[in-house]
Amino acid sequence: MNVVNSSGWRPSMGEDGEASALPETCSGDHALMLEEPLIFELAATEGKCGVDFEEVEAEPVAGLARFLRKEAPALPSLAESETIRHYTRLSRQNYAIDLGPFPLGSCTMKHNPRLNEKVARMPGFADVHPLQPAASVRGALEVINELAVWLIELTGMHGVAMSPKAGAHGELCGLLCIRAAHEAKGEAREVILVPESAHGTNPATAAFAGYKVESIPATADGRVDLAALEAKLGPHVAGVMITNPNTCGLFERDMKKIADAVHACGGYVYCDGANFNAIVGKVRPGDLGVDAMHINLHKTFSTPHGGGGPGSGPVVLSEALAPFGPLPFTARDEAGVVHLVEENNAGAFGHTQAFGRMVAFHGQMGMFTRALAYILSHGADGLKQVAEDAVLNANYVLRSCEDVLSAPFGSAGPCMHEALFSDTGLAEHFSTLDIAKGLIDEGFHPMTVYFPLVVRGAMLVEPTETESKVGLDRFIASLRSVAERARAGDESLHAAPVYAPRRRLDETMAARKPVLVWKGEANPAD
Amino acid sequence: MTRYFTEDHEWIDVEGDVGTVGITDYAQSQLGDITFVEVPAEGTEVAKGDSVSVVDSVKAASDVYTPVSGTVTAANTALADEPELVNSDAEESGWLFRVALSDTSELKSLMDRKAYDAFVAEL
Amino acid sequence: MRYLPLTDTDRSAMLDVIGAGSVDDLFSDVPEEARLSGLIAGLPLHASEMAVERHMAKLAGKNISAGSAPFFLGAGAYRHHVPATVDHLIQRGEFLTAYTPYQPEIAQGTLQVLFEFQTQVAQLFGTEVANASMYDGSTACWEAIVMASRITRKRRVLLSQGLHPHYAQVVGTMAKFTRDDIVHGAPRLEADPDDAALIAEIDDATSCAVVQYPDVLGRIPDLAAIAEAAHAKGALLIAVVTEPVALGLIEAPGNLGADIVVGEGQSLGVGLQFGGPYLGLFGCREKFVRQMPGRLCGQTVDAAGKRGFVLTLSTREQHIRREKATSNICTNSGLCALAFSIHMTLLGGEGLARMARISHARTRQLVDRLTKLPGVTCINETYFNEVTLLLPADAREIVRELADRGVLGGVSLGRLFPGEGSLANGLLVAVTETCTEEDIETFAEELAGVLA
Repeated sequence: MNVVNSSGWRPSMGEDGEASALPETCSGDHALMLEEPLIFELAATEGKCGVDFEEVEAEPVAGLARFLRKEAPALPSLAESETIRHYTRLSRQNYAIDLGPFPLGSCTMKHNPRLNEKVARMPGFADVHPLQPAASVRGALEVINELAVWLIELTGMHGVAMSPKAGAHGELCGLLCIRAAHEAKGEAREVILVPESAHGTNPATAAFAGYKVESIPATADGRVDLAALEAKLGPHVAGVMITNPNTCGLFERDMKKIADAVHACGGYVYCDGANFNAIVGKVRPGDLGVDAMHINLHKTFSTPHGGGGPGSGPVVLSEALAPFGPLPFTARDEAGVVHLVEENNAGAFGHTQAFGRMVAFHGQMGMFTRALAYILSHGADGLKQVAEDAVLNANYVLRSCEDVLSAPFGSAGPCMHEALFSDTGLAEHFSTLDIAKGLIDEGFHPMTVYFPLVVRGAMLVEPTETESKVGLDRFIASLRSVAERARAGDESLHAAPVYAPRRRLDETMAARKPVLVWKGEANPAD
Repeated sequence: MTRYFTEDHEWIDVEGDVGTVGITDYAQSQLGDITFVEVPAEGTEVAKGDSVSVVDSVKAASDVYTPVSGTVTAANTALADEPELVNSDAEESGWLFRVALSDTSELKSLMDRKAYDAFVAEL
Repeated sequence: MRYLPLTDTDRSAMLDVIGAGSVDDLFSDVPEEARLSGLIAGLPLHASEMAVERHMAKLAGKNISAGSAPFFLGAGAYRHHVPATVDHLIQRGEFLTAYTPYQPEIAQGTLQVLFEFQTQVAQLFGTEVANASMYDGSTACWEAIVMASRITRKRRVLLSQGLHPHYAQVVGTMAKFTRDDIVHGAPRLEADPDDAALIAEIDDATSCAVVQYPDVLGRIPDLAAIAEAAHAKGALLIAVVTEPVALGLIEAPGNLGADIVVGEGQSLGVGLQFGGPYLGLFGCREKFVRQMPGRLCGQTVDAAGKRGFVLTLSTREQHIRREKATSNICTNSGLCALAFSIHMTLLGGEGLARMARISHARTRQLVDRLTKLPGVTCINETYFNEVTLLLPADAREIVRELADRGVLGGVSLGRLFPGEGSLANGLLVAVTETCTEEDIETFAEELAGVLA
């Protein structure tokens, strides 16, 4: 043999046993697991700009002299290439629905269709000013109106306020309609009843709208206690806020009876529509006596959550409340032309009792286009299938895990779109938090934890209809494995996550001495 | 000096007609790491059972109810920088506020140490 | 259906595991009379991607997009050049399809962006801290007023006449229910904003003065003077910035004594979008931080000592404090904050200043050109990139006629202040770096044609 391997390249798996001793790297990065400094650490605040302009030379007008900024904001700039890299590297430290199941109960993390992104970016929608003359935005107004019509049909209601910006904003809209309706009758009712299992936004909204909040207890089977609710009703009660399906993942069987009782005492029924995705196309809230309900377009109708918004929270209204809905909104005239109804023409459209305006412009147009594309894509048959598959997937998780995780309402019957477990049965010193963090190491986003408050150590799993059976089986296997480790008292679970970009974070330190903006301190890890 | 307790886990030391109020060691152990304490302003008139102070941990905000009526005469300013005093020394240096009692008879409805310990043991 | 992965075989296998005979059995808790027997009336059956795209494109085609015509609208929403990088990055699935970062170990991307965003907003506004966003400028404005009432324990709120009328309406709507006492009036077509009148109104019962900067007519109020007067009476100054690019040229409100600075961040990264989603900006003094609404991202360390970020001070928020929360806000404008932050990162402080100077220079060109037309005057002595022109006739009608001629020529004051006859001839015109000299010339020629 002459020269066996002149390049020196010898493919090798490495020596056995060596892999377990992980060496530290010089960069702090680990192959595809990349650390990323803050922009303030990456660049100086002068001498660079990632945007080129067409220069125009002119001195500021004379009157501006005393207002001029003394120093430009001390903010760094990155070149385009650096910018792409900074945010791409950061993005890889995020879990997302595009990467796997995101079973956050009540949050409805389902697949976000990309057609909707394309549609929302059409210049006729994305590059249109809210105050353009009506004749130049007829198509945009038609989108709002068409979506409004389908929301009304899907819920069996009378009208819809499109402008609220998110679910909690929609709650506020609904309560303001209720307040306006009572005031129109000369009544000053002060109390809103809220079940103890409600989302925190419900009592917060009621307080923000100037109401006193009284809590209604839950029954042993996780539903509103009808008798307790009836006992609290009276002429001082403005209304109730009920979530249906509720936050335990259960349908409020007595919804119609609740509504009848509330109406009988002159109150109104607000339904938190966060869980409408479980019943869309199957049940119309209007048939259950609901007077107002917000619809989270970012949940039921799949507009992306974007790491915390934007959302969109149109509120469907009953005949009793619709006259009080806020401005602006759209209306189609007899000739088929869609108009924007604002302060100047509300009278012409017979809408003289509006409680006012909630936002500067017309609502979340960018979400309307996406939601409309979603509704049209699914159609009447597809939306019904959405609800059915969501409920099927949740029950599949419930029944596949209830032998290793306590399901407080599991024996009472099927769940709706989310399965609720508790921490009962875990080994001493093991908690819901350990299960959540263990799931992170398994490559899954955890479920909603410690909510609803009516169950100790709650774990609320909402798989949604866009998970496949294969995907669910993998999730279930991991959840069972982590649950069994927590039942057996596997101490290693307390350290989880160990494979995520960060270990458990010190939230106490963050809250005691808040550092909310960068002040030039060095990275403590350096 | 006598120390009294409430079922809401406040303690009060009474000396003359001034009471010093805090939360019990049991309460702090249930709350976990305290991150912030909101104390009442001096001069505030308070009625027994009013929520006059809030103790924050990372995931909870707990109201503290005054065990007696009267006027707030002092608040523990050390807690602004060191809320963790409520964790480390809840029943001494982690006190929250002082009240000049307007009605000492209200003390009769409170528990003594023995009764409170028995109350906690039942929880 | 292309979005639904389950097959009928899957469904029956899953029903077997569940022990249910049919999917309808899973809906057994829904009373029979509440269940729909058929499909939703009127709604068509499912449609292909092609069909839906066709339908939506048809609707989009009925609108005149800002980029397809000489465009001069502002009044709270501005068309700036947004680099292509911004939209590319916000469409990365890891940002687009993530949730609010409740599990910080696997959400450091979003959280670090929020920390950078908060720092950028604070720098821009000249405030010590900023939050992780609100819905839009108008709701941020209302939240600031509520926060001021909490801090001062007073309820009299003075709105400057130069506050955007839609913002004032949002405030008025909400105040009806919280019983705050709102003082407000329509502006007058004068060179000076209503600083003096506002200062005269501040009394010991005043919680806050709310001043838009630049104001809705484009004028620049003297924030420092108003801040001094407010502080002398124990009131707060809330500055409202609807065009953040202005702060590349004029002094930051926080540096002039404003206690809370709120704004609309749409100008940077977000785009026009027919009014939403937009981006509420919220900054204030650090001592008020526990009274702030909305999410806050804070720095901390993990169990291994590495720097990391978490949502913090959550005990202010609705999911913990419930009816005692500082606000009911939950979902905010996360992705818009990301877009803003990316655009701001590309610009940097110097780039923002350059962009602001160009916007202002173009506005000067427009003012010079249009005021040469007979009967057209400009009321402003101070302005950034928006001015109020006084026309010889009702501006609302003129705007419509300009649109018919293919020019989107501003916002009439009649549209913003219906019923205020004295303002009817006012036209609000905004000019940004996206406007060319040809656009300005076309505008001038067509306006001359309409007025002739």
